[in-house]
Amino acid sequence: MSSIKLKAKVEGDTVEVKALMTHPMETGQRKDKKTGELVPAHWIKEIIVTAGDKTVMTANWGASVSKNPYLAFSYKGKAGDKIKLSWTDSKGEKDAAEVDAA
Amino acid sequence: MKRRTFLQGTLAAGVAGLAVSAGLLTPRMVMAEGGGAFDAKTLDDALKAMALTPEESKDITIKAPEIAENGAVVPVEITTTIADAKEISILVENNPTPLAATFILGEGATAGASTRIKMGKTSNVVALVKAGDKAYSAKQEVKVTIGGCGG
Repeated sequence: MSSIKLKAKVEGDTVEVKALMTHPMETGQRKDKKTGELVPAHWIKEIIVTAGDKTVMTANWGASVSKNPYLAFSYKGKAGDKIKLSWTDSKGEKDAAEVDAA
Repeated sequence: MKRRTFLQGTLAAGVAGLAVSAGLLTPRMVMAEGGGAFDAKTLDDALKAMALTPEESKDITIKAPEIAENGAVVPVEITTTIADAKEISILVENNPTPLAATFILGEGATAGASTRIKMGKTSNVVALVKAGDKAYSAKQEVKVTIGGCGG
């Protein structure tokens, strides 16, 4: 099961890409309420979005992006574009999702 | 101007180098995070690490709430009409590490991006736009009633 909800909506000659990812986005500065110990940092560092063979967006993130992060942007494109979003987090874990612009 | 940028670059590299030798950062972290701008503890340090000296611009729009009831989830949208904008960054002045995100606009991307960020307390949200070899900034204050970085 993918942890990414990815939507790409065509509006005129632009495609609006919206993504919602499931991720704890731990800063490494928060304490566990029960143990009082710091929760280790764990956050998405890099997101790459491609449409076909073009890279339309690269996002570099710090840990202050909210838990279960949201990303939205637009680019000049058309219906049927193959959109792929992939992320890599601070532990080297990865996930990806694909959707056709419609 | 060039010399100034160069000096700031070396300074940032020097600070990062110190942190590495002090064992605070692993070299891999520094490499991966663009000179440690994401680890910078103040707005000025983050700008130094990014080697940017932005000038204020009215052509950047920050869409963020004036009052955020929950600092854990603050929606922020940055758009700009500056020509040739290549990179958009979001910084939160009073967060422990101000740099929250950098969006590198790819081929055909519209000059804007939105996301949701955490804010520890009331702070200025700074939008930074890199276009050509220049950088521009705008800011807006967001009042936070419940912080997003508590335990």
